[in-house]
Amino acid sequence: MTPENKLDKSKMVVVEGSYAVAHAVKVCRPNVISAYPITPQTHIVEDLSQFMADGEIPNCEYINVESEFSALSALVGSSAAGARCYSATTSQGLELMHEVLFNVSGMRLPVVMTIANRAVSAPISIWNDHQDAISQRDTGWIQIYAENIQEISDMTAQAYKIAEDKDILMPAMTCMDGFILSHVYEPVVLLEQDLTDEFLPAYEPENILDPKNPLSFGAFADPNYYTEFRYLQEQAMQKALKKIEDVANEFYDVYGRYYGGLIDEYRTDDADIIIMAMGSIVGTIKDVIDKLRDRNVKVGLLKVRSFRPFPVEAITNVLKDAKVVVVLDKNISLGLNEGALFTETKSSLYNTDIRVPVVGYMIGHGGRDIKIDTIEKIIDEATEVMKTGIKIESQFTDVKEELI
Amino acid sequence: MKSLLAPGHRGCAGCCDAMAAKFTLMGAGEDCIVVNPTGCLEVMTTPFPETSWEVPWVHSLFENAAAVGSGVEAALKALGKKGNTKIVVMGGDGASLDIGMRSISGAFERGHDLTYVCIDNEAYMNTGVQRSGATPFDASTTTSPAGKVSFGNPRPKKNMPAIIAAHGSPYVATTSIGYPKDMINKVKKATEIEGPTYIHAHAPCTTGWGFDTSKTVEVAKMAVNTGLWPLYEMEDGEVTKVRKLGKNIKPVEDYLKMQRRFRHLFSMEGGEEEIAKIQAIADKNIEVYGL
Repeated sequence: MTPENKLDKSKMVVVEGSYAVAHAVKVCRPNVISAYPITPQTHIVEDLSQFMADGEIPNCEYINVESEFSALSALVGSSAAGARCYSATTSQGLELMHEVLFNVSGMRLPVVMTIANRAVSAPISIWNDHQDAISQRDTGWIQIYAENIQEISDMTAQAYKIAEDKDILMPAMTCMDGFILSHVYEPVVLLEQDLTDEFLPAYEPENILDPKNPLSFGAFADPNYYTEFRYLQEQAMQKALKKIEDVANEFYDVYGRYYGGLIDEYRTDDADIIIMAMGSIVGTIKDVIDKLRDRNVKVGLLKVRSFRPFPVEAITNVLKDAKVVVVLDKNISLGLNEGALFTETKSSLYNTDIRVPVVGYMIGHGGRDIKIDTIEKIIDEATEVMKTGIKIESQFTDVKEELI
Repeated sequence: MKSLLAPGHRGCAGCCDAMAAKFTLMGAGEDCIVVNPTGCLEVMTTPFPETSWEVPWVHSLFENAAAVGSGVEAALKALGKKGNTKIVVMGGDGASLDIGMRSISGAFERGHDLTYVCIDNEAYMNTGVQRSGATPFDASTTTSPAGKVSFGNPRPKKNMPAIIAAHGSPYVATTSIGYPKDMINKVKKATEIEGPTYIHAHAPCTTGWGFDTSKTVEVAKMAVNTGLWPLYEMEDGEVTKVRKLGKNIKPVEDYLKMQRRFRHLFSMEGGEEEIAKIQAIADKNIEVYGL
């Protein structure tokens, strides 16, 4: 049951998405921020730099590194030394971090990083899709996608609470659509300092780099030991499934705001058609659903917040009574002709008693606009699937044939 | 002086890395945090669940140790725990001169209070003696082998101390594991100076260079005494101290013939001319540094 969102309108201000995130980071009281500029993440780190210049983030060091590789590498040292750590990046920067992402997770360092999701080169594109973060799905980072600016801002505090939990100790990416959320101004409640101090305890890791108690971090593991490190990471991810739900509820108790836990639902109760998606596209889909519901089309939305850990049970529970499932992906696994959410949703359903056709649409690559008409057309096609079965299992949306 | 590197590690007999690490810790003291990139030293000292390190130690990746060190320093400052704690990065020549160059450049430009010790054994020893940017002219390695039409590595060593000095480092010094007191004193001095300081330690590798395990120190001393590895200190970019060789200067041949990696120079046609080129490198050092 989705709790009612109690947004205090008197506290709302109109700010840019990036500012809301930077403010949320400040309120979480980080000790080390390490980042490298890249569009469309830049405004977040510029705002944080200004906070630093104005002395507004106490007990914090900001490292202006020479690359994204070093941005995250520096945080390996900082986190191991006991600091609450933050970075932000996107696209090429995130891909450059690839090797470090595995390392941070393998060392169980609860770094939080905002990703302003952007397409990946070539061809170079600064606009939004999800290929950057999806391509890092196996690196052992929790990945949560936000629908709007309020959610990505609030998610920052949630991410620290999830990542730093002693049963979890896994790094987390909070994902916001580049430009669509990072550069847009919306009325939001900025993350409250007093409530955050109540919600988010200080980071007090048990094992740190300390000359008084010398410990070794990052030893090498031979075949006698390596498997168990991976096993324990997976165990932590499985525990994070519950923790993400718990933290969303705790957040609601303190702040009165709620966006779903692992997932959120919109008008799914009696829905024959369920659309699944992540990120800002969810807002567009909700508008389409309202419109089609007025015409008695029984359509609902399953918004996936947590892509890693992947909420198999939560998703199958929602899909069990659907007659058709439509999955929208702003990414593609080249060579499979499928987006990742589509593939993993099918995989979640496979060894169950649920028999529902699932179709996939790859959409919005490189920032191509996703229009209401397009979503409506997809839902029309889903209605056909209900009647006549699957014709095309997975396809690109809005391909301009004249350009091919 | 207490050794902060426990025995029982997996280093070879006569291992230069073990000596370099031990001397570095003697200079830095107990109140330090060590960052170590991937390499022999990391592998031989920390097979999980064991460790040789009696000081806090962290290994992340091959190319990012200076960035990790930056992060440790920043964290200690932010948490109000920096005090006199020294951050010491110890990396091999491949991790320092090649793959980790960007991260070192960044850390030195930003001015973190850390000491970077490059343990230079002149090739990628951990992976089986492949050439690096620190491999000397004409050395035969597994990726710059001497052959019918090759005398080995075609390029001289990259001048890393000069590059670091150009970053504005307040203290840059070369040393050698053949001179423990020199190394310990320079590390001590480097760690006591505020800001990013650099020690480049020459470290002959018994396995990779091909000499008897009992000769590590002897080979190291010979590199210094031929002028091929001058020992000097630079403060704020200027050479301020040099270890003089005076009348003790040895011909480079005495150094080359101790090692398998140069033996082709003594058997191949044209080898003499090659040895003369190496002598010219030493002669230039003798002139430039006034050895």
